[in-house]
Amino acid sequence: MPENILLDPTAETAPAMQPRLVRPQSIAGKTIGLLDIAKMRGDEFLDRLDELLTGRGHVVKRYRKKHFAHLAPLELKQQIKSECDLVVEGLAD
Amino acid sequence: MFRGVGTLRLVHPATRFPSIEFRSIMAAMMQDAAPDIETNERPALAAGTFIAFVKQDCPTCVLAMPALREIDELAARSGGKLEVHVQDDVTFAKGFSHASDDSALAASYRYSIDTVPTLIRLRDGQEEARVVGWRRSEWQAITGIPALGDGLPEHRPGCGSKTMDPGMPVRLKVKYGNTGLASRRITVPALSDPVETCYERGWSDGLPVVPPTEERVLEMLDGTTRAPQEIIGRIPPNYAECTVEKVAINAVMAGCRPEYMPVVLTAVEAALMPAFGLHGVLATTNACTPVVMVNGPIARAIGMNAKGNVFGQGNRANAAIGRTLQLVVRNVGGGRPGEIDRSVFGSPAKYSFCFAEDEDDPRWESYAVSLGYSPDASTVTIFPGDGISQIIDHVSRRPEDLCRSYAGCIRAIYGTGHIIGVQAFLAIAREHAIVFYDAGWSKARVREELLELLKIPVREVAPGRAGLTGLTAEEKSDPDNLVPKFKNGTFNIIRAGGYAGKYSAIIPSIGGRGSIEPVTREIR
Repeated sequence: MPENILLDPTAETAPAMQPRLVRPQSIAGKTIGLLDIAKMRGDEFLDRLDELLTGRGHVVKRYRKKHFAHLAPLELKQQIKSECDLVVEGLAD
Repeated sequence: MFRGVGTLRLVHPATRFPSIEFRSIMAAMMQDAAPDIETNERPALAAGTFIAFVKQDCPTCVLAMPALREIDELAARSGGKLEVHVQDDVTFAKGFSHASDDSALAASYRYSIDTVPTLIRLRDGQEEARVVGWRRSEWQAITGIPALGDGLPEHRPGCGSKTMDPGMPVRLKVKYGNTGLASRRITVPALSDPVETCYERGWSDGLPVVPPTEERVLEMLDGTTRAPQEIIGRIPPNYAECTVEKVAINAVMAGCRPEYMPVVLTAVEAALMPAFGLHGVLATTNACTPVVMVNGPIARAIGMNAKGNVFGQGNRANAAIGRTLQLVVRNVGGGRPGEIDRSVFGSPAKYSFCFAEDEDDPRWESYAVSLGYSPDASTVTIFPGDGISQIIDHVSRRPEDLCRSYAGCIRAIYGTGHIIGVQAFLAIAREHAIVFYDAGWSKARVREELLELLKIPVREVAPGRAGLTGLTAEEKSDPDNLVPKFKNGTFNIIRAGGYAGKYSAIIPSIGGRGSIEPVTREIR
């Protein structure tokens, strides 16, 4: 059997590289979302950020995933997108 | 002999027309020629072009050759045409007006020949009749030559066409047909080893893969009735769409046989069920990986191993089905170690971990039956597992004693105080199972006993998220309070393994209810 032509076992279209959103020059006046992915002690980190940001007069909104092993559901992502200008996500332990 | 008779018939065709019986055959097989018979004006050779497919290595073709020569001669005289396509040695048709070397089988494929000899009559380029093998009356009917092959046996079955040789149908489909395969074609560089090309492309788990040629993939797709372009789901971590065809390509590479495809496809579908949390299983720093367990008749039908060395090497179905799931995640989903796969240790189980539950002893119901599936149903269960940890107890003869041995080992999973995000399957081999059988203990009874033994005083529970963080204030209020080892994890018992030896085995994993759970799906 000739083996010179093979079929590609991959998805072929690796997800297109998307350019990062342009970073804001300043966070002044922005609503900042803090997303807790439900990994251990992520809340400690985010609590401190919350404290620092709120102390400087920024509006902060808190969100939490149900479990870190699962992707954030679409509804949560849409909620954050509609309520915030920026989001900080606490990854890993 | 035939030639002489043929000549006579050519000159006086009507005078030699025989019985009503023959005419009735003619009428049945040559509807448009029948009026000619009635008017005695029919030509000696039915109108149209004849095409014959033969091979020298076929006794029936050898037998029929004189009849073909007679057709050829009549055709030459009457302005007709007979093309003889020879599948092996064209010299077999030496002397024919139109002999063709069809050793490449292009014409045979085009005419869908599965038996030789086959004689086809065309009219205006369209096939209007064909006969397969040698049946004198049929050959006479299709050609309109009443005494064709007189003296030959009435009937001889034909031989297999070379288009039907093992592996040939798919080769011909790739060469001459439309495969319908949508995947990108990758050309192996000249003088390169295709296996090395697969490595270079990053398609391998580290072991050699079978190069996924179009022919092999087509054969693999014969194992399912599902359309190649049907989308099975999106594979993490890239959440790329995965078609039946992509699964088949990876199944070829993993070493599957086509009959494994129903299990493979169901395994991929099961692994994508949200409750299993495949993304988490792949991305975690832990060692776990999807474990594939098959229940029901299909496990026996495709020769899966449920007994000796059940979790080990040596059984093709076990090895290749589990490996296919891993390759699908790697190649379609893009889940590769060092990238999204962040496992600290990994596990040999990440090459393949797939087996069948031993259902031969009816005294315990299978895992699938315990979930409510019929014993006649075939199912795939996917659960997370790190590998195995063996329990040895050659001494216990009472179920209570054996359970105490088990509990000591199970308690130690990830640490004796680790109770959150830990779960396990316990595989009980036959000699241990007999202890329970003899005492009349069901699987459920063993499980109950173990869960009771696996209650841990709060004072021994590990601090942090492995233990204390997951407890309520009330549970933590008294250090003598007892909490379950599997606080949020699942715990299941299955039967598997060899028949000699007093062993059982734990398949531990992270996860638990609401995060990474076992899932089961019926094979349909």
